[in-house]
Amino acid sequence: MGSVAALAATGAGGLLRSAESWAANWNKAGFESKALADVLKSLGAANPVESRDIVITAPDIAENSALVPVAVTSKIPNTQQISIVAEKNPFPLAATFEMTSGAEGYVRTDLKMGQTSDIWAIVKADGKFYVAKSEVKITVGGCG
Amino acid sequence: MSSTRGIAALVVAFLVAPGAALAQGKTDPGIAIGRQMLAEDNPGELWIEQGKALFHQKRGPKNASLEQCDFGLGPGKLEGASARLPRYFSDTGQVQDLESRLLTCMVQLQGFNRDDVVRRAISPAGSNGSDVEALALYITSRSNGMKISVALDHPKEQEMYKAGEYLFFRRSGQTDFSCVQCHGEADKRIRLQDLVHMTGKNGTQEIAGTWPAYRGAHYVVRTMQWRLYDCFWQMRLPELVYASDASIALLTYLNYQGNGATIQVPGFKR
Amino acid sequence: MADPMRIRATLQGDVADVRIIMMHPMETGNRKDAKGDVVPLHFIQSVVVTHNGRPVMDAQWSQAVSRNPRLFLRVKGAKAGERVSVTWVDNKGDKRTDEAVIMPSS
Repeated sequence: MGSVAALAATGAGGLLRSAESWAANWNKAGFESKALADVLKSLGAANPVESRDIVITAPDIAENSALVPVAVTSKIPNTQQISIVAEKNPFPLAATFEMTSGAEGYVRTDLKMGQTSDIWAIVKADGKFYVAKSEVKITVGGCG
Repeated sequence: MSSTRGIAALVVAFLVAPGAALAQGKTDPGIAIGRQMLAEDNPGELWIEQGKALFHQKRGPKNASLEQCDFGLGPGKLEGASARLPRYFSDTGQVQDLESRLLTCMVQLQGFNRDDVVRRAISPAGSNGSDVEALALYITSRSNGMKISVALDHPKEQEMYKAGEYLFFRRSGQTDFSCVQCHGEADKRIRLQDLVHMTGKNGTQEIAGTWPAYRGAHYVVRTMQWRLYDCFWQMRLPELVYASDASIALLTYLNYQGNGATIQVPGFKR
Repeated sequence: MADPMRIRATLQGDVADVRIIMMHPMETGNRKDAKGDVVPLHFIQSVVVTHNGRPVMDAQWSQAVSRNPRLFLRVKGAKAGERVSVTWVDNKGDKRTDEAVIMPSS
C-alpha cells in the first residue's frame, strides 16, 4: 500500500485533525455497537428529530447487497455531520462524515447490507440531531 | 478451424419460445436508480490508467510495447478502432474481435506465449485483474462517445455474422439451450436480472457499448469474451474457448445488432 | 494491476463535485478464502479530504463500506486549478494520499 505522508489538518472549530489522529479517534464504541440505541448514544444523538430536509438517495431494490450506493443530501443549514446506519446490519453504524463549512451537506458512498433494512441518515446541524429513513430491499439477480 | 461456409449453408432461424420460468416486466424504477448510481464513476475506472500504462510499456520476451498494434485503423491508432470490431484483418486472414486482436499483438509484437496469455486473460474474481482486462478496457475507452459501427463489407465478416446468428439460435448441449431462449424477447428477466433482447436492435444497443465493464460481484473488469464464456457455462454447454471462432462469430452477430450504440466504458454490471 | 485511487473534481458554479474511487479490499473479517481460512478484518477507517490544504471532510468508516469504495462530496467556494487532496488510513495503519486539480465544467 502507499506510504505518502498524511496531512496535518487544523480545521475550523478544531473539529478536524490529521488522518492518523482520526484513525486513533475512530468511534469504536459506535462502530462496534450491535444495538441501534447504542449507536445513537455513541453519536450523542439519542433522540433525533425526523426531518424532511434530509434526502436519502438509494435503490429501493439492490441487486448486489455488497454494493449498495447511498447518497445523503441535507438541506438543514450548518450541517456538521452525517452518519449512515443500516438498521439490520450486524453492526448498524456504517459511516460518519464530518464536514467543515467548506463542504456541502452531501455525501455518497457504497455500503454492504446484510439484509433488507431501513437506511438511516443521522444529521448533526448546529449541535442538534435529525434523522431520515429509507428502506432498501436486498435481492438476488440472475443465474449465479 | 470450423468451416464457416458449411455453417452458413445450414442457417435456419429457429425461433424458440422462451420457457415458462422467465418472468415478465420492465425494469423497476426502484432498481433503475441503483443501476444508474452504480454505473457513474464506477471502480472499473481504476484500471484505465493501468491499461494505458501497459499499452505503452515494453513487455514480453521481445521487450516491445503495443504501440505498433493495428486494431484496424493502422498501427497504434486507437481512437474509434474498437467501435468497428469485429472485422477482417488481412495479416491474419481472419475476422477478429478486440481481444483476439490484442492476443495476436501480444504474441507477435511482444513475444508472449499465446497459451500463457489466454490462461491469465480472465482474472480470478477478487484479484487485481489481468493485463488483458486492463488493456481491453483502455483500448475500448479510446472509442468512448463514438458509435458502434460494425461493417460487414468483407465476405469473411459476412460469414462470421451468419455463423454467429446460427450459433445464437441453435439449441445444443445437455440443457438444449440456445441464446435466443433467454435473449429472444423483450422485457424478460430471471429473478431480478433483466435479460437483454438481442435479436432486435433496441435491446442490444442498450448494452453493446457498455463492455468491458466492472462486475460488482467480482470486483474486477470483465470483457465480452468473459461474458460469452459465462453464458455458455450458465447454459451448461462445453467451455467456450477464449478468442475462438465461435466467440468471434457470436460477437460479430451481436455487435452488428448493436450498431449505433454509443460506447461508454467501463460499464457496470451487478 | 490498478490505480489505487482516482479523484475527479469538476467545478459546477463555485462548487467542486468531487468523486473519489479507492481501491481497497474492505474485508469484513467474515469471508473465507479459497483454502477455507478466514480473511482478517482489513478496512479503511478514516478518509480526510482537503481543499487548498484545508480539511473539508473527515470520514470514519466501518467494514460495512463496500470493497473498492467510492466517496462523493461537494466542496464550496472552489475554483478551477485549485487542489483537492484525499488521504485514507486503514486498520492496519496503511495509508495513501492522492490529489487532483479541480477542472472547469466541461
